[in-house]
Amino acid sequence: MADGLYKEGIAAERLAPEQYSANFSDLHPPLDRHEALVESDRCYFCYDAPCMQACPTSIDIPMFIRQISTGNPLGSAKTIFDQNILGGMCARVCPTETLCEEVCVREVAEGKPVQIGRLQRYATDTAMERGAQFYERAPDTGRHVAVVGAGPAGLACAHRLAMHGHKVTIYEARPKAGGLNEYGIAAYKAPEGFAQDEVDYVLSIGNIEVQNDQILGRDFSLSDLADRHDAVFLGAGLSGVNALQAEGEDIEGVQNAVDFIAMIRQASDMSKLSVGRRVVVIGGGMTAVDAAVQSKLLGAEQVTICYRRGKDAMNASEFEQDLAASKGVTIRHWLKPARILSGNGKVSGIEMEYTTMRDGRLAGTGETVRIDADQIFKAIGQTFDPIPLNGSGAAVVMEGGRIKVDADGRTSLANVWAGGDCIFGGDDLTVSAVAQGRDAAESIHRALA
Amino acid sequence: MADIRSNFVGIKSPNPFWLASAPPTDKAYNVVRAFKAGWGGVVWKTLGEEGPPVVNVNGPRYGAIWGADRRLLGLNNIELITDRDLETNLREIKQVKRDWPDRAMVVSIMVPCTEDAWKAILLRVEETGADGIELNFGCPHGMSERGMGAAVGQVPEYIEMVVRWCKQYTRMPVITKLTPNITDVRKPARAAHAGGTDAVSLINTINSITSVDLDDFAPQPTIDGKGTHGGYCGPAVKPIALNMVAEIARDPETHGLPISAIGGITTWRDAAEFMALGAGNAQVCTAVMTYGFKIVEEMIDGLKNWMDEKGHRDLDAIIGRAVPNVTDWQYLNLNYVTKARIDQDLCIKCGRCHIACEDTSHQAITSMVDGKRHFEVIDAECVGCNLCVNVCPVEGCIDMVPLAAGAMDRRTDRTVSPDYANWTTHPNNPAAKVAAE
Ligand SMILES: Cc1cc2nc3c(=O)[nH]c(=O)nc-3n(C[C@H](O)[C@H](O)[C@H](O)COP(=O)(O)OP(=O)(O)OC[C@H]3O[C@@H](n4cnc5c(N)ncnc54)[C@H](O)[C@@H]3O)c2cc1C
Ligand SMILES: Cc1cc2nc3c(=O)[nH]c(=O)nc-3n(C[C@H](O)[C@H](O)[C@H](O)COP(=O)(O)O)c2cc1C
Repeated sequence: MADGLYKEGIAAERLAPEQYSANFSDLHPPLDRHEALVESDRCYFCYDAPCMQACPTSIDIPMFIRQISTGNPLGSAKTIFDQNILGGMCARVCPTETLCEEVCVREVAEGKPVQIGRLQRYATDTAMERGAQFYERAPDTGRHVAVVGAGPAGLACAHRLAMHGHKVTIYEARPKAGGLNEYGIAAYKAPEGFAQDEVDYVLSIGNIEVQNDQILGRDFSLSDLADRHDAVFLGAGLSGVNALQAEGEDIEGVQNAVDFIAMIRQASDMSKLSVGRRVVVIGGGMTAVDAAVQSKLLGAEQVTICYRRGKDAMNASEFEQDLAASKGVTIRHWLKPARILSGNGKVSGIEMEYTTMRDGRLAGTGETVRIDADQIFKAIGQTFDPIPLNGSGAAVVMEGGRIKVDADGRTSLANVWAGGDCIFGGDDLTVSAVAQGRDAAESIHRALA
Repeated sequence: MADIRSNFVGIKSPNPFWLASAPPTDKAYNVVRAFKAGWGGVVWKTLGEEGPPVVNVNGPRYGAIWGADRRLLGLNNIELITDRDLETNLREIKQVKRDWPDRAMVVSIMVPCTEDAWKAILLRVEETGADGIELNFGCPHGMSERGMGAAVGQVPEYIEMVVRWCKQYTRMPVITKLTPNITDVRKPARAAHAGGTDAVSLINTINSITSVDLDDFAPQPTIDGKGTHGGYCGPAVKPIALNMVAEIARDPETHGLPISAIGGITTWRDAAEFMALGAGNAQVCTAVMTYGFKIVEEMIDGLKNWMDEKGHRDLDAIIGRAVPNVTDWQYLNLNYVTKARIDQDLCIKCGRCHIACEDTSHQAITSMVDGKRHFEVIDAECVGCNLCVNVCPVEGCIDMVPLAAGAMDRRTDRTVSPDYANWTTHPNNPAAKVAAE
């Protein structure tokens, strides 16, 4: 056991060097050829398959699995990429347990779905390893489309536009493309630089230029963009974070979970990352679980997730919750933050108030409990920041704090489309962002025709 | 991208995948769905002569055997030829051919063995604009009792006679469909060839009883307590069909006669194997009856990808490529020596290779080494038979590795000869033509 484990406060090097690489290795290791063949054999090739219905990008799952089983992994990859050019990342990060695999007829029959996600990874990895390219650009249309944000939505949109022969420029605020694939997804879901490999793979279709460190609202306005391009796609994701609305939120040691997660993803040496000995994460979604699990993997001794409602209301799937539990994270329900406690200007704990449902509404009971902590992560949801959108030109119509779009992804402004986390009515999943980016591209293509 | 357009005896189709004459091709509704799904052609469900159509049983017509996970491996049926009115069929054939001019439309026919009966139906079929006909000499049940189908297919002289009539009375290409319910398939193929057939297709279904109900003591499918033999098809019959196709392809008398392969074809790979053995195209029945028409997408894509990967430009580059490598046992090289090799990293230690070898073969695989469960080939005993490879549940875990010329075969204590030598010249062969000196 490394001596760093019991260091008080927030500290690095809690674990022995080799523990870090073991902790942050692939969550679901890839299937080898034999495993993939055996697993693919389990698929019944259902008609109008429930798995395909459940996939936001409508991948022809029975077909790609059949192609694996007949020794045609490249054909299989193409079946996947035809619908979802980020099929490689989705194979790693999709909560398949609430999507395709939940409705697999073998889940219904035996409680053991075909491992669709891992098969998808087998096919897409094979194609990417062999450098197989399946798409060519249509002849140049002379049209030029601006995409804001190089996340899953923006990349999927750009790729589809390029296929149709349009020139695309992506304006991206961060130094790297990928969006949350690069800065958000848990490190053990996409290890070994996969996010950047995938970005390169997607961009290799050509005629897509990515301009990094270009921020809408700082470097240019939406009306500039609209003037300079034939169409604009907004895929800026969510850049704001909800506040706890608890006393003491700015004390040292209170942090946004997404920033902590981004830091982990960008680290070249995990042992240099600091984490508290006792960590509390406030929230109940995927971000909360990812922050908690990765705190634990960095060597935190005690990690507690506090969620203000019951287990069933948690946004993190059953699988994610079990994953957290298996890593030693404690999940406590019916607790909301009341006050951050401190000593010497640093966090020393948090006072939580018990909650209950009263007259159909969540209410505090007045009773409180204290949990010791050196570090507290806020993971109670990200928000869309509309300020960069509304410069000199007409304002974009919003709904529920996010951009309002129609079924084709059109916003209230002419020639401006949007998709991914920044639009209203989505489910904040990578795969949905891909579907919306792709479909908006088709709509843009029709409009430019 | 590989070009998989097919030209089979002058009948063109966008790909070499046709539906075999069977329920999937029994009416316009199904055939149109098949064409929409991408099938290159169909052989329409067998037509009978004018007059009241045949009747089918009204109870179960299928029986089956399954593999793991209830994967359908073999299907058996007691269905007859089309039980729909001839006029209706002809009208639909004409319409579908007109609507889908780029797809192959071949009409299967089975009428009594008289010149007039064949002459009459041929004229009617020709009027539909169909691309060709297939003579059904194969149905093993129901029809042969009426002197048709397999009853004709088992008598080479009848085959030759009927083919001759057909060649005389129609300009359409004639494909003769052969029954496998015969000892030597080359005989009917030669007869069809002698009669002037443009091609043969095979196999039709194999006489079979799939199972017996042990409560009622009746064969299945059971109709009111009784059952009868049916025709067997599906993945289980593929090896039989492959051999029959190869036999015809390499027979000097029929060599070069176009062959349409049928029997258990389920994936692009099955089709490619048949084509390598000399088939010009592939017909499918059970696989679509199990999974629906959509599987053709996988077949088209899989075939193209494989051809691209191997650099085969078109179908001619693969058709018949394996035929020269099919030979008689007596010409196999007896100086070719292999030994099994178990990849210890892949081995899951189930012990099936050991027990198969120990109980039933050559005692050439250990089960225990230094007190540990360990499976390893004993070269001094291994005859290279391949049984262990075939019973091993892990693909690629056991390999047959050829010994290089000059290497020592520890079983025989002889060095491996670099020369080719077969049974015809072997000293143990009493009929050896040249004595090995
Ligand atoms: C911690 C965490 C874990 C998650 N885990 C999963 C998971 O396991 N599975 C899953 O399916 N989903 C997961 N999600 C959700 C998923 O990551 C998102 O739904 C998805 O990334 C949304 O894609 P997007 O393209 O809309 O936005 P983002 O991925 O957020 O991309 C938006 C891009 O726009 C850029 N941008 C923002 N503002 C501007 C601006 N003003 N100018 C220029 N560029 C700008 C950003 O820098 C970013 O690159 C997770 C989310 C988080 C936060
Ligand atoms: C239900 C059923 C009906 C069939 N009817 C005919 C027929 O009318 N004419 C014919 O030539 N073959 C008929 N066949 C045989 C098929 O055309 C084909 O030769 C055989 O099924 C082998 O191919 P498969 O293994 O792909 O099924 C029938 C097969 C089945 C299963």
